[in-house]
Amino acid sequence: MDLKEWFADRRKRQENLEIKQPLTTEEYCALWRQCFQCRELIYTRDLHSNLSVCPKCHYHFRIGAWERISQLTDEGSFKEIDASLSSTDPLKFFDTDSYSHRLEEASRKSGLRDAIITGAAQIKGKAVALGVMDFAHFGGSMGSVVGEKVARLIEYALHNKLPLIIVSSSGGARMQEGILSLMQMAKTSAALEGLHEAGILYISILSEPTYGGVTASFAFLGDIMIAEPGARIGFAGRRVIEQTIRQKLPNDFQTAEYLLKHGQVDMVIERRQLAETISRLVDFHQTIEFRPSAVKPKIEVVSIIEKNK
Amino acid sequence: MASETKPVPLDFEQPLLALAQQIEMLENQLQSQPGLEADVKNLHEQYKILRRSIYSNLRPIDHLALARHVQRPYARDYFDRFDKNWIELHGDRKMADDPALVVGLVTVGPYKVVAIGTDKGRSLRQKQICNFGMPQPEGYRKALRMFEHAQKFALPILTLIDTPGAYPGMTAEEHNQAEAIALNLRVLASLKVPVVAVVTGEGGSGGALAIGLANRILMLEHAVYSVISPEGCASILWRSSDKVAAACEAMKMTAGEIHKLGIVDEVVKEPLGGAHTEYDQIAKTLQIALIRHLDTLTKLSPTRIKQDRLEKYRKIGSTIE
Repeated sequence: MDLKEWFADRRKRQENLEIKQPLTTEEYCALWRQCFQCRELIYTRDLHSNLSVCPKCHYHFRIGAWERISQLTDEGSFKEIDASLSSTDPLKFFDTDSYSHRLEEASRKSGLRDAIITGAAQIKGKAVALGVMDFAHFGGSMGSVVGEKVARLIEYALHNKLPLIIVSSSGGARMQEGILSLMQMAKTSAALEGLHEAGILYISILSEPTYGGVTASFAFLGDIMIAEPGARIGFAGRRVIEQTIRQKLPNDFQTAEYLLKHGQVDMVIERRQLAETISRLVDFHQTIEFRPSAVKPKIEVVSIIEKNK
Repeated sequence: MASETKPVPLDFEQPLLALAQQIEMLENQLQSQPGLEADVKNLHEQYKILRRSIYSNLRPIDHLALARHVQRPYARDYFDRFDKNWIELHGDRKMADDPALVVGLVTVGPYKVVAIGTDKGRSLRQKQICNFGMPQPEGYRKALRMFEHAQKFALPILTLIDTPGAYPGMTAEEHNQAEAIALNLRVLASLKVPVVAVVTGEGGSGGALAIGLANRILMLEHAVYSVISPEGCASILWRSSDKVAAACEAMKMTAGEIHKLGIVDEVVKEPLGGAHTEYDQIAKTLQIALIRHLDTLTKLSPTRIKQDRLEKYRKIGSTIE
């Protein structure tokens, strides 16, 4: 090999060598997440193994429906129902883009058909009917599909006498289905009336963020109301209120802790404790049937009176 | 409306106004030039034709303007005309009495009903007191108390809706506006007495629905009913405040369109020119419609009445599997 060949060979080898490009922003973001609260950089895998809660400041990241289901339910126990239900475009709604196109886009981004997943599951061994909303799909907004799936889930719980658990995360009613979306508030609340009458437990879990038509219907009708730490929950949005009353609102306004202080939720529960808490609540209410035979205060009272005589 | 006050004209009525001015001018000259009589008569005819044609070609935003007309009859105006001796009741029995929500005992024809309606207030002072017709949670809890009252005494419920929506304020949130609305929805679904709701002006979102879950929903011809105010919709979807007309059109919020969607049971015809031009007439038309619906509903058994309402809402929605 003469010198010329050697150089040519080296050049070839160098060309073939893969040059490592610096990570793109997207790849970088996939690897690392920054905490919105304490600005700490967290390795994504660590974040997921910590249930998407910041290990440093306990900030609870928004999570998708499937991630929530895998966190809450016993492995392999979740059976989805009404999976194929999807939206139509009843009003032929068009703003700067058509609703049907926006629906496709939303599904492509979120990988979901609509903003809620419903089904039967076990939580720490307790059978429940479970619905989980996903804010990443169309802002978790409630249109005909969410309304119908919630109503069917309630009927499923009623029919099978299962406690109902719904994890909400929503911007409110879906404008693109107009008045039909508004009527889903009525539909879901009316369905809950059946559950209420039958004496079946409904635990409503409010996660970041839950607003508008969803709070003003099924999300605030729980027998037990649980909120996730730091979650923002309310009827009207912060900006709308500030514009209306023309004054600044306190920083913690509409947070889960603020709601607890004002008597609107029963408890604020960390994500790590959520499944355990639900399971205990379900367990407690399963034995609520009052059996007169098991309680004997009357007889004892009589005997005490007799003794006194 | 009171006879001494003239109806305030709306933007789309401008051509009519111009014509009316011409007629007035000619009429003033009639004394000196009797030959003009034929022209005046002709113009009067034209005025009638133009008015009818304007009112049969209203755009959604024109309906909105009529629904929000400052002289639009409010709940009290109707209650007064249904029953001049109606009895107003007050307070939610917990903490306050919300003037934005009027409740009372009203006789409508042969029926005694528990009546609930929103009030926007007439004078500026009243408007401020009534929060421009936007109820606080206390208002919805006052309505809730009346639902229970109706259930106890087996009285039908009549609700008249004309509100931009529930009040978005700080104390409203602290007192749990969302829960107040949600609970009303569930309790309305549970009632075994007939509920008839009428959207008389603006049906603004959850704030309207909170007293609107009913066996029969009626809408006045120019009333509107929507999931969000068109202004809100325009600013969120178009990011522009001058797209209100487009938002009105896209949301399908007029009585006719909502009737076609199968949500509203009847559209009540308004006098030509809108409800504000003839208070007595619209009250009478509405009363006849109400009695007709109450006639059918009161014939049903209490369980059937509840069932009828549940079935009505269970069906609403548009999905494919």
